[in-house]
Amino acid sequence: MSIGNTLLGLLESGPRHGYDLKRAFDEKFGHDRPLHYGQVYATMSRLLKNGLVEVDGIEAGGGPERKRYAITDAGISDVERWLATPEKPEPYLQSLLYSKVVLALLTHRDAAGILDTQRSEHLRSMRILTDRKRKGDLADQLICDHALFHLEADLRWLELTAARLDKLAEAVAA
Amino acid sequence: MTRVPPPGSLLAAQDLRKAYGPTTALDGADFSIHPGEVVAVMGPSGSGKSTLLHCLAGIVTPDSGSITYNGRELATMNDAQRSALRRSEFGFVFQFGQLVPELTCVENVALPLRLNGTSRKEAEKAALTWMERLEVDDLRKKRPGEVSGGQGQRVAVARALVTNPRVLFADEPTGALDSLNGERVMGLLTEAARSTNAAVVLVTHEARVAAYSDREVVVRDGRSRDMERAI
Repeated sequence: MSIGNTLLGLLESGPRHGYDLKRAFDEKFGHDRPLHYGQVYATMSRLLKNGLVEVDGIEAGGGPERKRYAITDAGISDVERWLATPEKPEPYLQSLLYSKVVLALLTHRDAAGILDTQRSEHLRSMRILTDRKRKGDLADQLICDHALFHLEADLRWLELTAARLDKLAEAVAA
Repeated sequence: MTRVPPPGSLLAAQDLRKAYGPTTALDGADFSIHPGEVVAVMGPSGSGKSTLLHCLAGIVTPDSGSITYNGRELATMNDAQRSALRRSEFGFVFQFGQLVPELTCVENVALPLRLNGTSRKEAEKAALTWMERLEVDDLRKKRPGEVSGGQGQRVAVARALVTNPRVLFADEPTGALDSLNGERVMGLLTEAARSTNAAVVLVTHEARVAAYSDREVVVRDGRSRDMERAI
């Protein structure tokens, strides 16, 4: 999963402190693998350096200073581009695709369109494999079949997610 | 805004709308296909993909919108003209129940030609040629009840292609078959269609079947999205 893009997407709804970002990330995407604070701050430093976020304010407290980050226009364009670009079909994409769909819903973008574009990318790979299978020997056929079944599993997940977008949108908004 | 079909398209539809009572099946769907092209129509159950196919084939009349075949508006044709178009220019393959159980396989394949007035001898000769291509010529004397699902489906494909249709409509053609038979049917169907430059409208919810197409159109809530042109 692209932690940088995901944190940027979370910032689109408004400025947040690093701690809030971590909490929002863990709640929405980090069920099995919560982020370490170090990951959050290292990522935010990189985003800051690249001009994708800016410091919106600093609060002094009892402990260390708390920076509040806001997304910049360049950051919004970066999220937009990331969401619109289909992922290269490969195993275990679900958590990344899930993040994209949730962020699209959170930022009121076209989540169904993201799923459609990804389906198209998967089908493009499946066409290449199907063609190779038709022209190949039995070994080719078996190798391609293995890849095709995995891609098909992804596509079933895409279909199912598309069918549940309304419910997911409600859950995300809650 | 008036939508126009892409240049060179053989069959095209714009802004199709169709409702069955209070249920909207199509809500502004577009579609186009060129000669020799295989287009998969995908989408969840109830999304309107079969209704789209039935409208394109002139089986169902849309409430509004335009369908042109070879530059001719379907709505301007009467029932007899549309029937003639379906018999001579279109071929159909469905999921099941399409072969006449009382006829032998070769008689089934020859049937569309016989209905068009071709002599029995000529019709069965052409039928056998197609049965060979679909690798079911050894079943010529068997009746549909005596052949397997995969074999029956290949006989149905031969029958759909025997008139050399310019458009083949296939609605879940492998839906009742196992993976291996489904792939064999799809391989032979697309190969046969491409060799005759027929366009194939392939309705399917299976990605592995859609992978035999050149591009896909996704139907959702009665609206279509052409993925090739959308990207």
